[in-house]
Amino acid sequence: MYFIDPHVHMVSRVTDDYERMRRMGCVAVSEPAFWAGFDRGSVDGFRDYFRQLTEFEPTRAGWSGVQHYTWLCINAKEAENVELSRGVIEMIPEFLNKPGVLGIGEIGLNKNTPNECTIFREHLELAAKTNELVLIHTPHLVDKYKGTRMIVDMLQERNDIPPHRVLIDHVEEHTVKVAKDGGYWCAMTLYPTTKCTPARAADIIERYGDDHIMVNSAGDWGPSNPCAVPDFIQEMRHRGHSEAKIRKIVYENPLEFFRQCERFEFTPPE
Amino acid sequence: MPAKTADAILDRHFLELRCEILNLAAALDRIERSVGFDGVRDDGRVELLRQGIDILRTGGTDRAERVQMLFSDEYQAGWNQ
Ligand SMILES: [Zn+2]
Repeated sequence: MYFIDPHVHMVSRVTDDYERMRRMGCVAVSEPAFWAGFDRGSVDGFRDYFRQLTEFEPTRAGWSGVQHYTWLCINAKEAENVELSRGVIEMIPEFLNKPGVLGIGEIGLNKNTPNECTIFREHLELAAKTNELVLIHTPHLVDKYKGTRMIVDMLQERNDIPPHRVLIDHVEEHTVKVAKDGGYWCAMTLYPTTKCTPARAADIIERYGDDHIMVNSAGDWGPSNPCAVPDFIQEMRHRGHSEAKIRKIVYENPLEFFRQCERFEFTPPE
Repeated sequence: MPAKTADAILDRHFLELRCEILNLAAALDRIERSVGFDGVRDDGRVELLRQGIDILRTGGTDRAERVQMLFSDEYQAGWNQ
């Protein structure tokens, strides 16, 4: 089955991963800007990263027949440095008209701090001003529920970003309803230890339905599996769910969300 | 709804669940037989694990959600007003 991984940090992966993903049916990935494992020191550091995301990475993905899209921001961890964050937010528009850029992301909260909230709101301001889609990272573990509620509160402080143009990521059993009730798109991350497993993701689909929801691997430089979406496909098949239902979650839903971006161009597989 | 019957699901998962209970039991034993156990007997995390196990002993279809909430920080409505 063809699938799209709507959240995977391919700059941290090797070309062999693109090859394996393509062999398993991956036709496209979307890559949010994130934390590199260390705090970057300057706006120019981010400018180089955004060049990598918008120039070299789509080329490298293309070698394996995978279409590559991206999202730009300074992530919540580095948002603790408010001055640097403001410099990055000011620089982002240099890249917004590049092909393959889908919007602002992954913004959000990490430890639910006041600085993170300040920079989250300033990213929302940029997204509203430039009419961009928004991809949101929700915190892990003990911070997730509170952080997800705070994120929704901040989204609802304004009325110029319609909920259907926002994707709330890393939802789990206790936050999926928060996202869905607000009218937002949401995504489940299949990630060892700290997030969802393929079985629990399938449980959430069975409880909350297959509308406005997708699954991703969030593969990055940590322990993670860029072929996690096929594991979810396999779990859904084991349970006897139809191919049409599975395809909606792993292929059609991401396309429906991405198509709201005017720059989005996609070549369907033969 | 799951596409399979409860019976089929139990068949598929029984050994895996048995194994998960054993892992939990063995890890709790490991903590209890290790040096300094008295110091963690009242650790808040041990109490959370106990409460999590209590949730498993209840019925219903939302145990995973309740375990998640047990391990979550409290949200204060109106924090941004
Ligand atoms: Zn990510």
